[in-house]
Amino acid sequence: MTKPLSKVVEGLKPSGIRKFFDIVSEMKDAISLGVGEPDFDTPWHIRDEGIYALERGKTFYTSNAGLKELRKEICNYLKRQNNLEYNPMDEVLVTVGGSEAIDIGLRAIVNTGDEVIIPQPAYVSYEPCTLLAGATPVIIDLKLENCFRLTADELKSAITEKTKVLVLPFPNNPTGAIMEKSDLEAIAKVCIENDIYVLSDEIYSALTYKGKHVSIAQIDGMKERTVLINGFSKAYAMTGWRLGYACGPKEIIKQMTKIHQFAIMCAPTTSQYAAIEALRNGDADVEEMRDAYNARRRYLLSAFKEMKLECFEPYGAFYVFPSIKEFNMSSEEFATRFLHEEKVAAVPGNAFGKSGEGFLRISYAYSMDNLMLAMERLSSFVNKLRNEQ
Amino acid sequence: MRDKLLNIIEKNSRIGLKELALTLNCDEIKVANELQKLEEEGIICGYHTLINWEKTDIEKVTALIEVKVTPQRGQGFDRIASRIYNYPEVRDVYLISGGFDLLVTLEEKSLKEIAQFVSEKLSTLDSILSTGTHFILKKYKDHGTIVDEKIEDEREVVSP
Repeated sequence: MTKPLSKVVEGLKPSGIRKFFDIVSEMKDAISLGVGEPDFDTPWHIRDEGIYALERGKTFYTSNAGLKELRKEICNYLKRQNNLEYNPMDEVLVTVGGSEAIDIGLRAIVNTGDEVIIPQPAYVSYEPCTLLAGATPVIIDLKLENCFRLTADELKSAITEKTKVLVLPFPNNPTGAIMEKSDLEAIAKVCIENDIYVLSDEIYSALTYKGKHVSIAQIDGMKERTVLINGFSKAYAMTGWRLGYACGPKEIIKQMTKIHQFAIMCAPTTSQYAAIEALRNGDADVEEMRDAYNARRRYLLSAFKEMKLECFEPYGAFYVFPSIKEFNMSSEEFATRFLHEEKVAAVPGNAFGKSGEGFLRISYAYSMDNLMLAMERLSSFVNKLRNEQ
Repeated sequence: MRDKLLNIIEKNSRIGLKELALTLNCDEIKVANELQKLEEEGIICGYHTLINWEKTDIEKVTALIEVKVTPQRGQGFDRIASRIYNYPEVRDVYLISGGFDLLVTLEEKSLKEIAQFVSEKLSTLDSILSTGTHFILKKYKDHGTIVDEKIEDEREVVSP
């Protein structure tokens, strides 16, 4: 074949994490702090419901939007957690993970040439999904001095007449930053003034350590312009089940459902049955896991403090994002040396955008023993580097 | 704090003070004091180790013995229970509702020793009406721990 393949796809950069992990997978005895998925098994009663669904022969497609029962439970959950009211009949779409919802949400909203504002550091798929949808990504470099929160001024200066959507990725991977109600109110004001849609990726909403997560859809005037994305992977440790959802105005959900219908048909049926159980009886499991993450988060922060490594206090997700700027090397160099010399893998911050340069993403989806061992090694590595300087 | 502390150390009695303090979000001294209090009050009665004897060369036979007794005037089941639990070879004694009264567990080196205990010591006690002995063939789960569970990190390295 000689005809060229898709220019847009060929132009996509491979994920920065990939390159680094290729090295990690070669080193068998390395401690990893790199994985971005819960270390817990899916709670048994949820798995059991999946098994039971299979036993009952629930092996057919569901409706495109997902099981009605599940959509109702999703609405109950959002009402319970965020006092948000969605209609299960036309304002909810069950997707294959939150990642599908990001993709089709963008595709449903943008036209060629529209601009999509993406604050970074952030999860790596917003930019390629924007490009695949034919739109142009506009990056906002979030700052450490704002604890990696998005400010109204930063947003304002990124807006042009082409701006269509703001991607709002909080609680944030990789920084662990959250947006509190007052932060969101300021952002909401700008969005309303400039008539911008918001794609709010709240996949880590269950994992916050400073009060309850607030959704931007809760702010007056925002629900009608927000696509709220969430899922089961992080809250219920269900990554492999591939299940997420999008809630929003019925006009947008209708268009998203069309793409979903043609590309996916429906989310996995077994997973949908399991998810109903998760939403009905999983609150205690979430709390238990959150407590465990929180203990690890406190431990890492205290360990950084002891070794005098600069790190802002993150209140969400399961990542900490310490600064390594004092060592005068790139985060990739730091991470590579750390891996080779101390056999600990952490992801260089620049994998999540240019503004992640000078930082390291450390996941605490690992046992405390693992973390303690890793921090011993980090401490000795940091001391070694300081002595070299 | 007390409830949480107990729940944690019931699962892992060797957890360090530092980790406990982090989990409970308070300082180590407070945790240490609370532990001491719990011990003094007899709420924490001991610290044990869960051993999978099947993986060793040491022979162990565990038996569950159902015991029917005649409760004694003024003392109910307590006296006969104490007669049983004072034997060092007896591991647990429970008063049970249902078809029998006491459940006694015993761990010995051989079947013969258990048989001896039942026939010579247990059955001969006054007020014991009958016994029924069950031997454990395989332990799947003990004290909330799945015995042969492999703990391995199966998470693949995926991107993004």
